[in-house]
Amino acid sequence: MLVYLTKRIVYTIPIVVGVSLVCFLLVHLAPGDPLVSVLPPDASEDLKQQLLIIYGFDRPYWEQFLRWVWRALHGDLGNSIASGRPVTTEVLRAVVNTLILATVATVIGFFFGLLFGFVGGYYRESWIDKTASALSVFGVSVPHYWLGMVLVIIFSSQLNWLPPTGAGPGGSGEWTPDWAHIRHLILPAITMSVIPMGIIARTIRALVADILSQDFVQAMRAKGLGERGVFLHVVKNAAPTALAVMGLQLGYLLGGSILIETVFSWPGTGFLLNAAIFQRDLPLLQGTILVLALFFVLLNLIVDLVQSLLDPRIQRS
Amino acid sequence: MIKTYRSLLLAGTVALAAGMLLNSTAAQAEKVLRIGMTAGDIPRTLGQPDQGFEGNRFTGIPIYDALVHWDLSKADAPSVLIPGLATEWAAAEDKTKWVFKLRPGVKFHDGSPFNADAVVWNVQKVLDKEAPHFDQSQVGVTASRMPTLRSAKKIDDLTVELTTSEPDSFLPINLTNLFMASPAHWEAKLKAVPADVTDAKQRAAQAWTAFAADPSGSGPFKVVGFAPRERLELAKNAGYWDPKRTPKLDKVVLLPLPEANARTAALLSGQVDWIEAPAPDAVPQIKERGFKIYANAQPHVWPWQLSFVEGSPWLDKRVRHAANLCINRTEMKELLNGFMEEPKGTVPPGHPWWGNPKFEIKYDPAAAKKLMTEAGFSDSKPLKVKVQTSASGSGQMQPIPMNEYVQQSLKECYFDVELDVIEWNTLFTNWRVGAKDATTARGANAINVSFAAMDPFFAMVRFTSTKTFPPVSNNWGYFGNDEFDKLIAAARTSFDGTERDAALAKLHARIVEEAPFVWIAHDVGPRAMSPKVTGVVQPKSWFIDIAPMDIQP
Repeated sequence: MLVYLTKRIVYTIPIVVGVSLVCFLLVHLAPGDPLVSVLPPDASEDLKQQLLIIYGFDRPYWEQFLRWVWRALHGDLGNSIASGRPVTTEVLRAVVNTLILATVATVIGFFFGLLFGFVGGYYRESWIDKTASALSVFGVSVPHYWLGMVLVIIFSSQLNWLPPTGAGPGGSGEWTPDWAHIRHLILPAITMSVIPMGIIARTIRALVADILSQDFVQAMRAKGLGERGVFLHVVKNAAPTALAVMGLQLGYLLGGSILIETVFSWPGTGFLLNAAIFQRDLPLLQGTILVLALFFVLLNLIVDLVQSLLDPRIQRS
Repeated sequence: MIKTYRSLLLAGTVALAAGMLLNSTAAQAEKVLRIGMTAGDIPRTLGQPDQGFEGNRFTGIPIYDALVHWDLSKADAPSVLIPGLATEWAAAEDKTKWVFKLRPGVKFHDGSPFNADAVVWNVQKVLDKEAPHFDQSQVGVTASRMPTLRSAKKIDDLTVELTTSEPDSFLPINLTNLFMASPAHWEAKLKAVPADVTDAKQRAAQAWTAFAADPSGSGPFKVVGFAPRERLELAKNAGYWDPKRTPKLDKVVLLPLPEANARTAALLSGQVDWIEAPAPDAVPQIKERGFKIYANAQPHVWPWQLSFVEGSPWLDKRVRHAANLCINRTEMKELLNGFMEEPKGTVPPGHPWWGNPKFEIKYDPAAAKKLMTEAGFSDSKPLKVKVQTSASGSGQMQPIPMNEYVQQSLKECYFDVELDVIEWNTLFTNWRVGAKDATTARGANAINVSFAAMDPFFAMVRFTSTKTFPPVSNNWGYFGNDEFDKLIAAARTSFDGTERDAALAKLHARIVEEAPFVWIAHDVGPRAMSPKVTGVVQPKSWFIDIAPMDIQP
């Protein structure tokens, strides 16, 4: 196990290096001016050249990359060009907000995904299955930013039941689990949960339908096992796949959603990325992408390790 | 014992409830104005805001004062310069030195006095690289807006001398962009930087970061709460030096809401009392729900800037005039739900720089066709032109539908317009590079980049001087000659305010007559507010003054 663990950790090193290189190149190869957030369009060329030198953008790409990596290895992702604040602080603050939103969306999405999946698979071809399938197809197909806007129009603009933007009253600041803050969470969390709900429901439905058609289920029924007992066996057989899909969806949700967080002005990683892109704030953009990418690498590592613990065949292979 | 405990608990609960009640009454009595900005982050709060003029509007003017202010108290007259922290100013004998008399008795929010030392310190923060408090992050947004200012010197406590690199009568206008931050407060922040940070530059940078989180200016509002990217809370500065601008509001809360629909929903649901730039489609609903829309002509020009490079079809003045005469701007205004002003030039009639040009910009297709026929074009032989624009971008209004409308309009007058739509940042970069660069211009002989026209340099000089050809500044089309250079020099060296305006009026009149632009629209900066907000004056400016506003319960 220790050898496998070491191997897997060592494998992540080239991935991390690759991710750093790709995110550095992505932001530098995109068109536009890296000083756009600190230099008005009408600034003179002289001033622009002065600032390029001050910020180090006049140096060759390889030198800029190595400097950035060296600082990142020391936990310093630099300062945002636009706000002057440390990128690490900005990203960590946003990650916490996205975690809150993603966790609630995960609970909603997984609960309804599993419910619709099991019900649909168990009562396939019935009206219940058709309704559950229609809902899951809706979840997968509907553009979530559009759904967000519709929910805002209905529940905020028209009915005035829930606030449309922000993470708390007056823009929040520190999130606390009281009703004033939870009200702000409801609409974005529902919007965010729709896609994982649809994907999980469709996967589980197909899986349950497949398990129910297998011989061992017929054998259990023939032996007189009650439906509750059969259901438990189905759940047990479906669990590994369900967990794998859910793990993947959780990863996506934790990565934040630019569209949902922008529609709801939720101050998470997606909102941060959006601001960084529009301001061409390269240090912020690089730092946020890197942290999110590392998050995925870490999540994959954890999933691999957990899988290997559950299934020793993975270690052997 | 138990009884005592219960009594204590009961008393505590009652006290808590009473406290909460009192608190809630106090909160109800507090007058709070909540504003949804278009910015994706709170504009910088350390004195020199970013996020363009929205930054100056919300974290510049309310928190800080400049030596010279814009008059934002009138909706029906051009916004002109008025004394701010300087009570009077005049150019000295050699015209590269200016003497500013400072307002006595002004204090920063931290209680320290405003004086000549503070002015020198604030000039140094962006211009003197050797100064301990020099801050590179504030240079770009400031130095570009006062290009000739070089240094400041204290004469006495309330007199300061500013030096420019060349005689420049535009300096007082430029100084509206230099906000005065408190040196004493910054020094306190510097002292609080941990001793283990030994590098002087790093210590200064950390002091500025701390200053941004807890700033001190001398404006009508002071910062009392700041959550980056989420909220900025301002409270009234009851001791503000100008009684007309002493706030009636207790607090102002600024929220970044970059998405137009989100802003509109926030207003309709009562989450905010004021939003900048409501979604155009939502305006009828906003009005229907009883909210007020404020709009006024801004010095915000939305033109086609034309190329004068060899081979450009715009070299013929008849063609330039024809294009200006062939756009039905009234119809375009309808297309934009009324949210534009029909331009008559870069500045409107009645403005001190107007100057009565002999060429009138209007819709006259017959005259336009006549000019095009004289220039040798017809329905069967249209003139091909190509314009670069973007699909979106700050200040670009609605570039695609607007340009398509112009394309259709000009077709009537024998123009065959090709639109080259590119990414906003790329368009900006191309604007600096100029029309001669075939790689970036890609055959375009006009470019559509909107601009602010508050300052004569940015409104006129940079587009018409031979000294501002690319890459120096934004004279993308290489328009300019001796006549314009002389007019510019005359304006720059007219040090009496009236004389300077008269010289600028001559320059403006000649610009309109020569038509290096097709003037298409002026933006009107729409904003929507709750009817509870009173005392609102939307001036003919990019800015608006929150200080005289009030909010009804």
